[in-house]
Formats: sequence, structure tokens, C-alpha cells
Amino acid sequence: MSERLATLAKALAAPAAALALGLVLLAAGLAAAGYDARAGLAAMADGAFGSWYAFTSATLVRAVPLVLIGLGFALALRAGALNIGGEGQFLAGAIAAAWLGVALDGWPSVLAAPLGLLGAALAGALWMALPVLLRARYGVLEVISTLLLNFVAEALVSLMVTGPMQEPTHVYPQSAPIAAAARLPLLPGTRLHLGVGVAIAAAAALAFVLRQTWWGFAVTATGAGARAARVSGGIRTARVSAVALLLAGGLAGLAGGTEVGGVAYALYPNLSPGYGFTAIAVALLARLDPLGIVASGVLFGALEAGAQAMQRDAGIPSVAVYVVEALAILLVLVADAAARRRQGTMAGVSEAAA
Amino acid sequence: MQALRGADFTLAPGEVHALLGENGAGKTTLMHVAYGLVRPDAGTIHVDGVAHAFRTPRAARAAGIGLVPQHPLAIPTLTVAENLALALDWPVAPGALAARVREETARLELPLEPAARVEALPVALQQRLEIVKALAGRARVLLLDEPTAVLAPVEAEALMRRVRAFAAGGGSVVLITHKLEEALGWSDRVTVLRRGAVVASGAASAFDAPALAAAMVGSGAAAPRADERTVGRADVAAAAAATILVRAAHLEVEREDGSALAVREASFELRAGEIAAVAAVEGNGQRELLRAVAGVLPVWRGMLEVAPPVAFIPEDRTTEGLIPALDLTANVVLGVGRAAPWVRGFRLLWPQARARTGELIAQFGVRAAGPSAPASSLSGGNQQKVVIARALERHPRVLVAENPTRGLDVAATAAVHERLRAAAAAGCAVLVHSSDLDEVVALGGRLFVMSGGTLRAVGDGATRAEIGALMAGVRVA
Amino acid sequence: MTDALAAPGVVEGFLAASVRVATPLLLAATGETIAERSGVINLGIEGAMLAGALAAALASTGAGPLAGLAAGAAAGLLVALVFAAVALGLGANQIITGTAVTLGCIGLTGAVYRRAFGAGGAGLSIPTLPTVELPGLSALPIVGRALFAQPLPTYLALAAVPLAWWALFRTRAGLRLRAAGEAPELAAAQGVRPGRVRTVATLIGGAFAGLAGASLVLAQVGTFAEKMTAGRGFVAIAIVVLGRWNPLLVLPAALLFGALTALQFVFQAMGLAVPYQLFLMLPYALTLVALAGVVGGVRAPAALGK
Repeated sequence: MSERLATLAKALAAPAAALALGLVLLAAGLAAAGYDARAGLAAMADGAFGSWYAFTSATLVRAVPLVLIGLGFALALRAGALNIGGEGQFLAGAIAAAWLGVALDGWPSVLAAPLGLLGAALAGALWMALPVLLRARYGVLEVISTLLLNFVAEALVSLMVTGPMQEPTHVYPQSAPIAAAARLPLLPGTRLHLGVGVAIAAAAALAFVLRQTWWGFAVTATGAGARAARVSGGIRTARVSAVALLLAGGLAGLAGGTEVGGVAYALYPNLSPGYGFTAIAVALLARLDPLGIVASGVLFGALEAGAQAMQRDAGIPSVAVYVVEALAILLVLVADAAARRRQGTMAGVSEAAA
Repeated sequence: MQALRGADFTLAPGEVHALLGENGAGKTTLMHVAYGLVRPDAGTIHVDGVAHAFRTPRAARAAGIGLVPQHPLAIPTLTVAENLALALDWPVAPGALAARVREETARLELPLEPAARVEALPVALQQRLEIVKALAGRARVLLLDEPTAVLAPVEAEALMRRVRAFAAGGGSVVLITHKLEEALGWSDRVTVLRRGAVVASGAASAFDAPALAAAMVGSGAAAPRADERTVGRADVAAAAAATILVRAAHLEVEREDGSALAVREASFELRAGEIAAVAAVEGNGQRELLRAVAGVLPVWRGMLEVAPPVAFIPEDRTTEGLIPALDLTANVVLGVGRAAPWVRGFRLLWPQARARTGELIAQFGVRAAGPSAPASSLSGGNQQKVVIARALERHPRVLVAENPTRGLDVAATAAVHERLRAAAAAGCAVLVHSSDLDEVVALGGRLFVMSGGTLRAVGDGATRAEIGALMAGVRVA
Repeated sequence: MTDALAAPGVVEGFLAASVRVATPLLLAATGETIAERSGVINLGIEGAMLAGALAAALASTGAGPLAGLAAGAAAGLLVALVFAAVALGLGANQIITGTAVTLGCIGLTGAVYRRAFGAGGAGLSIPTLPTVELPGLSALPIVGRALFAQPLPTYLALAAVPLAWWALFRTRAGLRLRAAGEAPELAAAQGVRPGRVRTVATLIGGAFAGLAGASLVLAQVGTFAEKMTAGRGFVAIAIVVLGRWNPLLVLPAALLFGALTALQFVFQAMGLAVPYQLFLMLPYALTLVALAGVVGGVRAPAALGK
């Protein structure tokens, strides 16, 4: 166990360094642009970690969808498939959760809340079914199909909240609030909802599947060397990546469910401030490791929560944290490329020496 | 690796010069040096008495050398016309380009449809495109690498006529081939390469097929190693009583891409304890035959029964055998499969797999940092040891191996052979293919030759020259 | 947009609005077509567009709208340079690199914008490009105003389409570029340098995306707002697919996206209760169908993204 912790720490060291470097660069940039960088960073830290309420109700609440979508992205990418449709699957899940949340009025809470989440996960997986089908039948790149479906999902949300799901007064473009029974329980004194438990459980389950099961190994083998996995391992790689993609859709849909059931309590446009894309950074920074994704998800949740505080208290635009996220991803990519190059030359040397 | 060792080769104007040799003898490397694709460590190329050191194919083309490669170099998703424009710097405007293509292909009497996409063309036409590329570039020297390997007899004959016509017009041709009759029938001179060195050279009329086959597979080849053959016969005698583990009748298998039938009407049986070796030149169906037995390719028609478990050692270690980015334990887990003791239901017990991998590393003398070392950190020979160790870890009753010693040094090769023999001695039926006849003979056991998709058993008394001739698709009296 | 509808006929107004909405999409998609033909899929053009929009807003405020256009293109090129360095120079995954570049541009433009124009930025009015009426042609019935009474970027986009087509399919450079996108190793054997070709194509694509962002600010919206491109760069990628990687088909694909967007304004203006979102979904659905090859075999460049 300590060995695993050590490897996890090692795996997280580089991304943490990348994130730190990103923050330093941001501070430098802010200072250069004439902002008070020190005050900004202080406000940021305060907004994210300054109090129990800030940590739970701002940081962790934002971390939940990032972790869930990030887990799905990581699973798919480990199987060699790129899902950049997290945003769309999230919205599909949110639509289902909002619809169920209204429809399940009168049901007992122990049933309504889980059913809402289950429906959301299924909707997310269903939203992924089309890209999976297009990939299997017609060889359509899932990158493009999942990206396109983001826009369809956005339009669908807009259609729903101005049409069939619009609130009873037909004034606002949003759905009716979901029933109290369908809402996720909150940690007393905070706005932290049960979704955080769902996210941690999902991460633990995924960690178990990837490390301790044959299917998890099949996923890794498919992503690392599909041809060898087929020829030497008899693994049906097309099916493995299809299932991984569907699960990724389900996890993103689940995130939509926790957001509606735990935070928004209704469906409306712009429900996601780009979770689907930030989650890519979350997953990459954690090197696709499920438990690492929990850690990096919290870091990014803190970043986004802190950004709000930074804008409020120091007048620094919150969007600036996207620069940190981007720099962190790019630094990880650069480090990986350097490592690949180093390994390549080493393998070449030993090959020649043999 | 040194592919060529002090090879001398001359080509006179107006001559067709056949270059013969087994796979890996260095023929293709020699031509790639001449065409600027490979730079020699030592030595020079003279064209019309002027020394050249071609750094690029472009430079070679400028000096009048054209290569028709064994595997077409055209871009499959572009059209014939676009590929010619790309290679020859022709203008791209479609009207003018199509006219130019039609004009040139008519002049060369090698018609091609300019607008056809290359990937949609039959192989013979793809090759014709390569020839047009070479000739339209006003080449005076044409290097043809196994030009008839993919052609039907009629197409091959037509091509050879064109080659002779080109030579009659003052051009020079190097014809790389495995086919002895082709070399003897169409060339003026013949040179035989073996292990990177020239072992025979002279006028075609001075050779006959058996002499060429003998030169190709090694001097003194006419005398098979009596001791080994005897051992082989003893094996066969013992095996006759043993259980049949593989039975095939009228087996037919398609190529992996489904484009054509690769194995035709193969019928054979393999028994416990025997080694069966298939000698064949690349592309004659042996790959598909072995893969069908290994369960990697589906049977197209006919009957095939294989006693499980089967283990397969694929030829390409780094793309099909191992996953280089994963560690040795993961690669062992991959190859041993779901029947391993560390797979319990859906669970995978890594500590157990890692411990066993450590044992295998020690047992097979793999030079590696440990079970957690990435496969990419191992040398080729050590990678192959891992592939073989995990194949045997399946406790196979049938073991299928494709070119199991390709790229390995002498010691590693001997170790692999030792393992294969031991597996057979332990009651396994071993089916192995090698494109190196020496290896096939050294492994002993039963011998098959495959050519043009047809499997033939070779009798005990066959000489290496006769086997070589069979591989080349010639029957020698 | 509403002013366009105030023009004599509803149809005329609708067409003019369609073309105007389509202009930035067409510019970005034309550039991306060139990049994708060379084998590069650049999701960073969303960011390049945003950077182009902000650069245009800044430069136009200081030096006028024409300088704004130039600045937009330059900013897009710069963003593409970052993408090219990581994805092509280091061989990192193109999709992930593009996503990161876009994310970074969202942050950077937001921060710079607030610094330059203040926290609210509301009511920010930027010198815009005037409508240029082509004498005679603009008086043509129905399509006259749509095609010949537009601001400069529309004419640039309409001119770029045949130019890009000609360059891709009628020149040696275009052939080499396509070869790099189909089979880089085989192309290299013919003397093409795939790395260099792809870098140039990516930079061209970035400049077009920057120009697209500039046209959004200078010829359509008249102001800058955070995240104002709102996914138009990604839409451009969809248009490239729908247009089968051919500029001449990318043009109608972009116009279709523009028309279906403009339709919602028509419906709103006419007070019709038609759910316009269905029209918003339509082009994406069409693109997916096209991808599946149901509408006559579409094929991406064989080495796209590799």
C-alpha cells in the first residue's frame, strides 16, 4: 500500500509541479499586466481553502462534476478513445435528471434521488451510443462525433427549457424546480451534496476495475497496443473501447445528474461553465489515474472557486485561471514528449548494444 | 545490423542482370543503396564511370536510376495522375495532367486510368504505376524488386517482355527475384547473394536451376546433415503413435484484409511431440496458415481442428507480440491470457503475476531490470525470450511460431531452438515457419514447403537445394 | 441582424443575414480545411478565433478597423504557432493540444479584455467595417444585397474559397500538402517534408481563424465580449467535415449553418412559435450523417490527427 502511495505521489508530482508552474506564470502575467498578483493569489487561496464553508461549498462542489467527467475521459483514453463530448453527455444527464426530478414528485427520497442519478447516467451513456455506433459501423472518428453532439445537446437543453420542460409560468427559459425528494442530501451547514460521495465511490470503483480486474487490464492493453492485445491477448479491442466509451458517457451523464440534483435543482441553459473541457485537463494532469483525478479535480475545483473570489475581492477576471489550466496541460504534454524522446533513445541504445 | 558485406555488382548497358538470394540475403539493401534510400558504410557506386553517393532517391533518379519497389510506394488514397505528378513534378492541372499521363503511358505501352484511385487498383496495376514512375522519369537503369511476386503468370510474362524490350533499347535492368526459372529465362547475367556477400556470378547460360538453388542456400547444400535428418526420422517414428493435436483438411484461409485466398486446400496432421517446419518465401500463405492454426485468423473453408490450449509466437515482437510501453508483468499477463492462475473470475491478481514473471525472467535468463521493467527497455533477443516464456506458460498442446529467431544473434537463436525442441519433447506439437532454410533444417522434424498458397510435404531424402527450388516454385528433377 | 430584416423583403433580409452570420464560419472553415488536408486537426482554432477577435477589437480602437483585421489574422497565426510547436514540433496529441490552446485563449483574452476595457466593458463600441456595396450587383433581386452589399470580410471569405480550392487541387504545393495528409511517410519518400508542410498549413489555418474572429467583431457584432466566439471554431470543424474537406463544398456548408442560425431571428421577428433549436441541431445531424458516409462516401484525409 505504501508502495502504491509512493507511485501515486510520484505520478502526481509532475502534474502538481506543472500546475504550480502554471500559477507562477499566471502571477507573473498578472503582475506584468499591472494587477496586484499577490492580493489576487491570496484572495484565490482564501476563496478555495479559507474556511470550511469555502472548501466544501465552493471548492468541493465544483470538483464533483470535474472528477466524474474526468474519470470517464480517463477510462476512454486508457482504452485508446478520445471523448471530447463530456459537455454534451453532461447535459444529456442533466436533462434526464431534471425530468425525473419533476416527474418523481411524491416518491420517497431514498428512491427518487438515486433514480434521478441512474437516469442521468443512462442518458449520458445513451448520448454516447451514437458515436460508438458510428465508430463501429462507419469508422467515424469519435473525436468529431462527440464534439458535434455537444452542440446538439446544447440546442436540446434550450429546446427543452423553452418547450416541453419549461416551468409552469412559461416566462423563464428553465425547467420547473425538481421535487424536494429528488434533491441530494446536503452536508449540514454547507452546500456540499451527496455527489461528492458518488464521485469518490466512482473513482474508487474505477481504480479497482483498472488495477484489479481482467477487464481493466484489457482496457490498458487496448489503449497501449491494440494490435498486440488482439493477436497476443485475444482481446476484442473494438468491444473494449466501445464499452469504455459508453461508461465514459455514463459518468459524464452522472455528473449532470449530481449537478441538477445537488446544485441547480432545475435545468437551464449554460448549466455547465465548460466542465466537459476542464475535466480533460483534470484527467490529463492526473495521468489518467482515478485516485489522482480526485486530487486534481479538487485542485481544479479550488482553482475555479478561488477564481471567483479573486474576481470579487481583487478585481482580477476569473477566466484568467483557464490560462493556468492550459499551461498545466501544455507543460504535461511537453514533459511527456521529452520523456518519450528520452525513452526512445535509451531503447535504441540497448537494442544496438545487444 | 550489417546487411551487406563487401558486395561487388556491375551492370552493363543493355543487359538484364538477375540478383538472387534468400530473404535477408541483402538484395533489397543493395538496391536501396543504389537508389539513395540507404547510405553505405563503405564503398561507392559508379554510374557511367562517375562515382556517386546518392543521399536521396531524387538524386538517384536524376542520375537515371529508377526503382520499382516490392511494396508500392504510391500514396493509396490519391489518384494515379496525382501520384505521377507528385513523383515526377508534373503540372497538377487535371486536364493537362491526364493528357500527359495518357501520353506517357501510351508511349510506354503501360496503359493506366489517370483518375483511378491507387488503392482501388489491383496489385498488378499498382506495380505498373511504379514502373511508369520509373520509366517516365527517363530512367536508363531500372531496379525491379521482386516484380513478379504479386503477378499472375500471364502478367508476369508480359512484364518480362517489357523488361527485355527496355534492355533492347539500351537500358539496364536489375531483376531481383527468388524464382530461378525467371532468372534463367529472362536475364543475361546472374549474381547470387548469400548473407550479404556475392557467392556466385556469371552469364545466365553458365547456370542451371539446381546450381543456382545450391548457391542460394549455401555451398555443399546437396548433402543434408545426416545426423539431423536421422534424429528427425526418429521423431517422426515416435510421433506416429502419438495423439493427433492438429488436423486440417482442405483448409483455406483468406489474407487478413480479405483481399484474396492465401492458403489453398491445405491438408495435414500434427502429432504430440513433433516439430513441423514450414519453409517458404514471404507472401506464400504460410503466415495465414500459421495464424489460422493459432486461432488469430478465421478459417475460410475446409476443416481445422486444433487441440487447446494453443500458444502463438508472432513474428513482429514489438507490434503484435509485446506492448512495448507496458512492463514485463503486463506482457506476460497479456500472453498467458484468462486461463492463468492469477486470473480468478473477473479479478486479476497482480502480485501473483509479478512473482511468476520474476521466476520466468530468471528461468529463461532474460536480461531485464525486473518484472516491472517496460518491455521497450529490453533488447530484441530478451524480448523474444519473454514472448517464448509466456507462450510456454500457457502450457500449450500446440505451439505456433512465426520466424521465431528473426533479428536474433547466434546465441539467442540457439536458445530459441532449444526451447522449441524442449516443448516438443514435453509433448507439444510445434508448428514453426522460418524464411531461413538453415533454420528450418536445423530444427529438424517434419518439413513442409509452401509456395503460392499450396502446402507440400517434403520427403526425408530431400536435399537443401531441392527444398530451395521448391520454395522458389520450381520442381527440380 | 434586425437591421438586415428591415430591408425591403424578408427573404432578402434573411439571405443577407445568413451570409453575414456565415462569414466568420466560412473563413475559419476554409483555413481549417487547408490544415486538415495536411493531416492536422486543430481544435485550437476556437482559441485562435477568440484571440483574433480581441486583437481586432484592440487594434481597431487604436488604429481603425482595417488594422483590426490585420491584427486579428496575426493573433490567430500566433496562437496556431503555439499549437504547432507542441502538437507538431513535439508530436503531442493534436486534440488535447488544441483543447488546451483554446482553454488558454479563453483565459488570456478574458484577462486582457478586462484590463483593457474595464470590468464591465458594457457599451464598448468598436469602429467597425462599413458595408461595401458593389455598384449594380447589389441591386440584383433577392441575392443582390446578400452577396454584394456586405462588409469587406465577406468578400475576403468568398474570394478565399476558390483560391483555397485552386491551391489545394491545382498546384504542386497543394498536391504535396494533401500527400502529407494522406500518407506522411510515403510522401516523405517522394521528397515532401511533412513536418514543414503541416506547420505551414496549420499557420495558414490559424491566420484564417484569427481573421474570422476579427470579422465577428468588426463586421457582425461591433463589440467584444468574453468567450464571444461561443464554439464557432468547433462549428467550423464540423463545417469542414460536412464540406468534405473541399473548399467548394465548405462554402455551401457554411452558408447552411449561417442560414439555419439566421432563421431563428426570422422566427423571432415574425413571432412564430416554431422551436428554432431544431434548426440549430439540423446542421450537426447532417454532418454526422455525412460522416457516416450515408450521403455519398466522405473520407477524411487518411493521416488526419496522426
